[in-house]
Amino acid sequence: MKKPVVVLLASALATAVVLSGCSSGTASPTVGTGSTAQPQQTGSTAPTQDASSDATIQIGSLYEPQNLDNTAGGGQGVTEAFDGNVYQGLYQLTDAGKVEPLLADSYTVSADGLTYTFKLKQGVTFHSGKALTSDDVKASIERVVSPASQSARKSSFEAIAGITAPAPDTVVVTLASRSISFIYNLAYVWISNKDATNLTTSEDGTGPYVLDKWTRGSSLSLSRWSGYWGTPAANKEVVFNYFTDATALSNALLTNAVDIVTNVQSPDSLSQFEGNPNYVVNNGASTTKELLVFNDRVAPFDKVDVRRAVYSAIDRAKLLNAIWGDKGTLIGSMVPPTDPWYEDLTGVNPYDPALSKQLLTAAGYPAGFAFTLDTPTYDPHPVVAEFVKSELAKVGVTVKINSITADEWYTKVFQKHDYVATLQEHVNDRDVVWYGDPKFYWGYNNPQVTAWIAEAESAATVDAQTAKLKLVNEQIAKDAASAWLYLYPQLVVASVNVSGYPINGLNSQFPAYNIVKK
Amino acid sequence: MAQYLLRRTAILLVSLLIAMLGIFVLLRALPGDPANALLSIQATPEQIAAARAQVGADLPVLEQFVGWFRGMVTLDLGSSFISTLPVAPEIGSRLAVTIPLTFLAFGLAFAMSLVIGFVAAYRADRWYGAALSAFSQLFIAVPAFWVGILLVGIFSLRFRVFPAGGFPREGWSDPGAALTHLALPVLTVALVMAGSLSRYVRSATLDVLGSDYLRNARAMGSTMGTAMLRHGLRNGAIPVISILGIELATAFLGAVVIEAVFALPGLGSMLLKAIAQHDYPNIQGILFVSTLAVLIVGFIADVVQRLVDPRLRHRARAS
Repeated sequence: MKKPVVVLLASALATAVVLSGCSSGTASPTVGTGSTAQPQQTGSTAPTQDASSDATIQIGSLYEPQNLDNTAGGGQGVTEAFDGNVYQGLYQLTDAGKVEPLLADSYTVSADGLTYTFKLKQGVTFHSGKALTSDDVKASIERVVSPASQSARKSSFEAIAGITAPAPDTVVVTLASRSISFIYNLAYVWISNKDATNLTTSEDGTGPYVLDKWTRGSSLSLSRWSGYWGTPAANKEVVFNYFTDATALSNALLTNAVDIVTNVQSPDSLSQFEGNPNYVVNNGASTTKELLVFNDRVAPFDKVDVRRAVYSAIDRAKLLNAIWGDKGTLIGSMVPPTDPWYEDLTGVNPYDPALSKQLLTAAGYPAGFAFTLDTPTYDPHPVVAEFVKSELAKVGVTVKINSITADEWYTKVFQKHDYVATLQEHVNDRDVVWYGDPKFYWGYNNPQVTAWIAEAESAATVDAQTAKLKLVNEQIAKDAASAWLYLYPQLVVASVNVSGYPINGLNSQFPAYNIVKK
Repeated sequence: MAQYLLRRTAILLVSLLIAMLGIFVLLRALPGDPANALLSIQATPEQIAAARAQVGADLPVLEQFVGWFRGMVTLDLGSSFISTLPVAPEIGSRLAVTIPLTFLAFGLAFAMSLVIGFVAAYRADRWYGAALSAFSQLFIAVPAFWVGILLVGIFSLRFRVFPAGGFPREGWSDPGAALTHLALPVLTVALVMAGSLSRYVRSATLDVLGSDYLRNARAMGSTMGTAMLRHGLRNGAIPVISILGIELATAFLGAVVIEAVFALPGLGSMLLKAIAQHDYPNIQGILFVSTLAVLIVGFIADVVQRLVDPRLRHRARAS
């Protein structure tokens, strides 16, 4: 008599489990449709040549755009998805770090270096169908330097005095002072249709792809544009899939839900891919540096000897090895190896606790001192903070770790300069020039360095610029303006079936138009 | 009954208003600046000021509230500070993931907990009853994300039966694919929810099994099954219904960790991101929707309880 009730409930449960567990779809995991992707482990047959150029490339990334406009706070994610793919500049920064003409056919510069005349490529149209003219270029540059612009590159263009468009294929830019980096900086300016509106939620560029759909929190897809002025993209569609958790991203790559991971941030997941014949781990050239930043304005870090003492007390090789194993690089200053003015300065402030104690005594702190380290809560800073604390304890310096959110960091450290020391990662290339601005958050104030940087920018040749910036590089290392702990590795992990993807990811770019999938 | 419903609806609306006022005030009392999410490391002071103006954080607080209140009444939830996308459509597309996830998990958990709880109580003296009881305690103790990671490890990575995460781009236009992607998250949430729900079912069943009216019914000739269904069910259901309401409400936003593990574009992950960026329109919009959902679920639970238990109806009528 008791049985019927139990049997009834049990069968209801069984039915419910079966219904929720099975599906009408196939078992192969797919994100998106229309792709020729088969789970690699089943050894699928190779598609024909046509299928390859009609492939959908699934890319996995942790960096979703905040919006679609890089002058309105779009963030790292929109650069990754759109740069080179949807929008193009007058010049482009290739994966090897060279600056090459793209929408600019050629340029001439006056003898005094203040007037640049650009000739635009002919036959270029925007995705909306409108032809590219010099008015669009003028408007695009103006958007970057306008008062409302949130472009990260706005301060690079302070030298611009005026822009004119005397002919539909000619743009003339006049500078107030020489700027040898001007052409390089132009690679960051996206040329958009001057009549386009709502650029935070839509796009109108000249690139080989158009925006198909952006599903917030999930994915952003680009499809090949048939009206492109140059060589069509090697694939039909590119889908950027966004994750917030590095493990979930690794799992997606393992189950072939994505083909490529643009930037592996978690060292722990690498072991699943290294030595795995189905995947390639690419170790590219990185420009992301981990810094222990001193507030050079306040005691005790206003003294060079104290900064040098702290820098020499930290065993950076051990730290790098603990976090990244055999990956990553040690650096002795702000300049990564890919910058033209790179020099190996790791010997200037070597790991030497005895030297550290000597310097502390010379600076007037024989018994050490204590300071608060404002530590952002996201990886890898908490780990680095703990390491720094234990290393400095060995030379008598007490570190108090104060955990702060990214947002607090921006307000407290970056804007108000209300800190003694902090940890931060800096991702740009060519950013040694920030040491020339005494108002920058680290407050390094060396008039000679500031002068050299100004001279470097107004140099007439790249060699002259390089020579000056090498002097800057050596000086900031001697002054231990900051403690440059290590250079992150740049790891792109991909399935063996894809090729043609960038491995250096300079400044978060990820041009996808050469990616081919077997 | 009609009077009761009207009164409860009025209470619901007033609660919603008070909650919204509280959220609005608390958000602005928190430290942190919405403008920071737009800035880069090279931001000039001019850009910082422009960002503040863009997000409207420099408007007087009262003006901000009036603007938002007016919008809320017309169900125009404004636009995000950061993405400039309108809040309501985005919440809508996120709900297309969160609501099926929550309800499927809830349904599964409900079914599982009925069986587990009932057998654990009815056969408490046998080994399998005790085992089920221990099983439910286990699932209260383990964190949901661990269950999720375990299921991914077994069913996605090892056996390739389900995807490791994500949600199809086409959404529900391909229901098969959508359900496949939701299978593991649903199972994860359901297992954890069933753990606690089955404890309540078990204790309600034990109460009923030990009650006088059940013993009397059996003494008067009913079979156990009939007695349980006719008398036990409605009595046992009352505490369980309250708990069901609470569990459903917490599951709605509590799935945020599950969404991170399975990379689902649901409401929880949208809220988490919005909080990190101080994106007030998004936060207020999501909390409005979720507060409304919680209040409605509570309302329905109350009404169902009154329908199930005539004593509640009569008592009210008498007063």
